[in-house]
Amino acid sequence: MATVLDILSWVLLTLGGVSVLIGGIGALRMPDLYTRMHAASVTDSMGAILVLTGIMLQAGWSLVTIKLIAILLFLLLTSPTSSNALASAALLAGTRPFAETQQDREDVT
Amino acid sequence: MIVMFGIFLLTLLVITAVAIVRTENLFVAVMLMGIASLLIAANFFLLDAADVALTEAAIGAGISTVLFLSALALTSERERTKSSRRLLSLAVVVAATLVLIYATFDKPRFGAADAPVHTHVAPWYLENTPKYIDIPNVVTAVLGSFRGYDTLGEVFVVFTAGIGVLFLLGSGAAAGALPEEKVNEGLRHHLIPRVVGRVVIPFILLFGLYVQFHGEYGPGGGFQAGAIVAAAIVLFALLEGEQRALAVLPQRVLLVLMACGPLIYGAVGIAGIALGGNFLDYSPLLSDPVKGQQLGILIIEAGVGITVTGVLLSIFHAFAARGR
Repeated sequence: MATVLDILSWVLLTLGGVSVLIGGIGALRMPDLYTRMHAASVTDSMGAILVLTGIMLQAGWSLVTIKLIAILLFLLLTSPTSSNALASAALLAGTRPFAETQQDREDVT
Repeated sequence: MIVMFGIFLLTLLVITAVAIVRTENLFVAVMLMGIASLLIAANFFLLDAADVALTEAAIGAGISTVLFLSALALTSERERTKSSRRLLSLAVVVAATLVLIYATFDKPRFGAADAPVHTHVAPWYLENTPKYIDIPNVVTAVLGSFRGYDTLGEVFVVFTAGIGVLFLLGSGAAAGALPEEKVNEGLRHHLIPRVVGRVVIPFILLFGLYVQFHGEYGPGGGFQAGAIVAAAIVLFALLEGEQRALAVLPQRVLLVLMACGPLIYGAVGIAGIALGGNFLDYSPLLSDPVKGQQLGILIIEAGVGITVTGVLLSIFHAFAARGR
């Protein structure tokens, strides 16, 4: 049982690390602010959930797990909110999404 | 493994520092300073200095970023470039760096057990905290009781800094009532941040109280808790408009809070004298000296938290009042 939990936890931690990496690469490679935020939010959502769940499995049933659940809840509430605030602030400041084709440009404007 | 991780974090820190110096956009510089603070906090945590890490994360990465941003709102976003005397400053920096590197050769090796910090007073603190104060977190015992004078000095530094900033900016109290259309409404028209803020702010305040009163058992204490409570109220001011934050905690109350910390701290010290001990000796406060020490630490930590909250919020409101 302990081995199964250990393996499961390491799988979760590795997947979490991969999502953080994907988020980082996406934030560097995407063409404009909105797509970059979309990529970076992989770090906030999948990365945080997977890594924290992995650590919870390592910690077992203890006070640490309760604290980790609280951290996870806080992150799940605040990071989409801050993304929303950032995107709406950018839109209000006049940042236009990157438009690839003529049709896109007409849609944006 | 931990050493590798520390080297990795320190490398990132150097890269961030170079980026801060090189960027001309002050907004980017402020964000990078927040990242630098967070990296340093992680590094402190690796070195098992959880209390310092918490302070650095709450004050360096959290509150000072907000204060820098509100200062930035008063000025331009671009740095004014100045090119005179660059060679001279380069020479000074290179010389100072060489001297500092030379000085590190005399330092004890990382983690060496016979380093002066580990042989001087630290063993005494570790050995005698259970006997005299009997709280698990030795850092709080050292900060609150053994080195109480230093912490009193720190509280006065925070207090003085707050007074200095208010002298420069004005407390905003003299500005009087604002015309109706100029009232800062914050993000009141943005529904999602407001709703989530209403859910989260009570829990941030609760966490602040936890950090405040859990300082004897784990990382925490007045400085960190003050910053966290101030952050919650700054968030409230950003979301609901500054006027409503000022209605909850008016400027004159904040000024009283600022002065409360040094007063409470000093009063505890003088109470020690009045009850027959030395200044800042908490043992005579109760009949049991150990319980007296614990009570004294609890009271002075509360004083520290009150002052830090008052000073940070006063500075924030002073900046915001200048921006109108």
